[in-house]
Amino acid sequence: MALTPQDVRRIAELARLELSEAEQSATLAQLNGFFAIVEQMRAVDTSGVEPLSTPLAAVQEVALRLREDAVTERDERTANQRSAPAVDDGLYLVPRVIE
Amino acid sequence: MSAELHTLGVAELARRLQARSVSSVEATQHLLTRLEAAAALGAFLHTDAELALAQARAADLRLSRGEAGPLTGVPVAHKDIFVTRDAPTTAGSRMLQGYRSPFDATVVARLGAGEDAATPGAGMVTLGKLNCDEFAMGSGNENSAYGPARNPWDVSRVPGGSSGGSATAVAAQLVPAATGTDTGGSIRQPAAFCGVSGIKPTYGTCSRWGMVAFASSLDQAGVLARSAEDCALLLSAMSGFDARDATSAERPPQDFHRQMLAPRAAAGAARPLEGLRIGLPAEFFPPALAHDVEAAVRAALAELQRLGATLVDVSLPRTELSIPVYYIIAPAEASSNLGRFDGVRYGHRAAQYTDLAQMYRRTRAEGFGAEVKRRIMIGTYVLSHGYYDAYYLQAQKLRRMIAEDFQRCFAGCDLIAGPVAPTVAWKLGAQDADPVQSYLADIFTLPASLAGLPGMSVPAGFGQAGLPVGLQLIGNYFQEGMLLHAAHALQQATDWHLRRPRGAS
Repeated sequence: MALTPQDVRRIAELARLELSEAEQSATLAQLNGFFAIVEQMRAVDTSGVEPLSTPLAAVQEVALRLREDAVTERDERTANQRSAPAVDDGLYLVPRVIE
Repeated sequence: MSAELHTLGVAELARRLQARSVSSVEATQHLLTRLEAAAALGAFLHTDAELALAQARAADLRLSRGEAGPLTGVPVAHKDIFVTRDAPTTAGSRMLQGYRSPFDATVVARLGAGEDAATPGAGMVTLGKLNCDEFAMGSGNENSAYGPARNPWDVSRVPGGSSGGSATAVAAQLVPAATGTDTGGSIRQPAAFCGVSGIKPTYGTCSRWGMVAFASSLDQAGVLARSAEDCALLLSAMSGFDARDATSAERPPQDFHRQMLAPRAAAGAARPLEGLRIGLPAEFFPPALAHDVEAAVRAALAELQRLGATLVDVSLPRTELSIPVYYIIAPAEASSNLGRFDGVRYGHRAAQYTDLAQMYRRTRAEGFGAEVKRRIMIGTYVLSHGYYDAYYLQAQKLRRMIAEDFQRCFAGCDLIAGPVAPTVAWKLGAQDADPVQSYLADIFTLPASLAGLPGMSVPAGFGQAGLPVGLQLIGNYFQEGMLLHAAHALQQATDWHLRRPRGAS
């Protein structure tokens, strides 16, 4: 099943990536090349196999650790905002979204 | 005296620092001069001589007061995927140009000054940050937004990737050891291409706190150095449980150096590996394996046999399938992890946009390179409605089958061995035409990554054009000690790991 130019535009929109016309056609060819490699995987019978989402779960019980619901971090707003593209008075600035 | 300081590995330099026959300031100054002269290799993205020398002076003070640990004062450099408070962190991406982290990664803190007064670090001196593929996505270091790193054995060739700068710096003797990260082979493959030793421990051994995330269920930190012994020393200092990483393994601290040295029960002086069964998966020696690589790997295996190991045949029948499985799972996790780069809280923001949605799209189009965009697109697609079961879930099921294949192998052997990569290092630009084809070259490193098993690359001689070849050793979960023991035994009996490229002596 080959991807279409519409698929590429839809994925790019979902991924919030602006792609030029040239990038779109190159991406289409590469994704189709990639999914040709993937086809062999889809044919394997995996019925009854549990998905493995974290590797150690292959050999042992893995439970998510929980901690006390307590404040553990210091206020480091200034340091955290040092690399922000646009801040004002401790707030992150973005384009207006509500008129 | 000072003229040869760069030739010393971690263990030997540490011995001289402890004996006070050399100071950390001397060693640091020597390497800073040397790495400046080697700028054309592209190994470093950032250095700070003043800061490094201040750390060296602090280390010398600790040494003079007898308060030093085994690594205090030894220089190290970090892959630029570990965040650092005192230096910029780029992850090889334009997206993070000029980014300053408010904190140090756990690995950086543990090797350096420590997290706070109560938990002092090893006191190593940080020379700088090392080049890598953008967000650790690549196997040639050619996907760095800041230019390639070059293989010191032949500067027209890639050093491997994604920890390419780490491998280049260690091979060119710009630093005795470097950190790296391995998601699908990013420590082992550059170590092999540059003729250095590299270890990726069991998933969960090193904290991922402060490692810029690529694929969280695969990412693991490790070491590149000039010997298994040096790898063991760093790994002991940087590993261990960290509550801030939800997948950190809850185990007591490990002394990998002691484990490496512990003799095997049946061992004799000439046969230190007596009783060790090394499994050779038939699938790791396919017809497509380059002859020069196979010859070197077989010679190293014969050496291990001479040291007492027994070679047994095993099978990893889903080796080839690990390529599509990995290239579904890793991009899926990447597309999710890289969603955080939106031009709001940190990193690049496009200059021109009309609204918020366009700001996101342009920021990401400008900030990410071609390979990163490709993987985000793949990941977004396989996670999208209607495709999740067919791709992502199917890949996760196969991931379990691959992990179970390893357990069947380990029922009949102690370690698994094979090549790290199907060829020696390729020429810069050789894989530009079809980036997807380059994924196929990861075939031998992906299975252990998917299973979360520890793996090493150990220098195994040379192939065509005098380029290094790496022997891959894979252990069962938390068997780093056995891996290092076997690699160390090999390095006591051979000198492949001691050979240096011309111009780096």
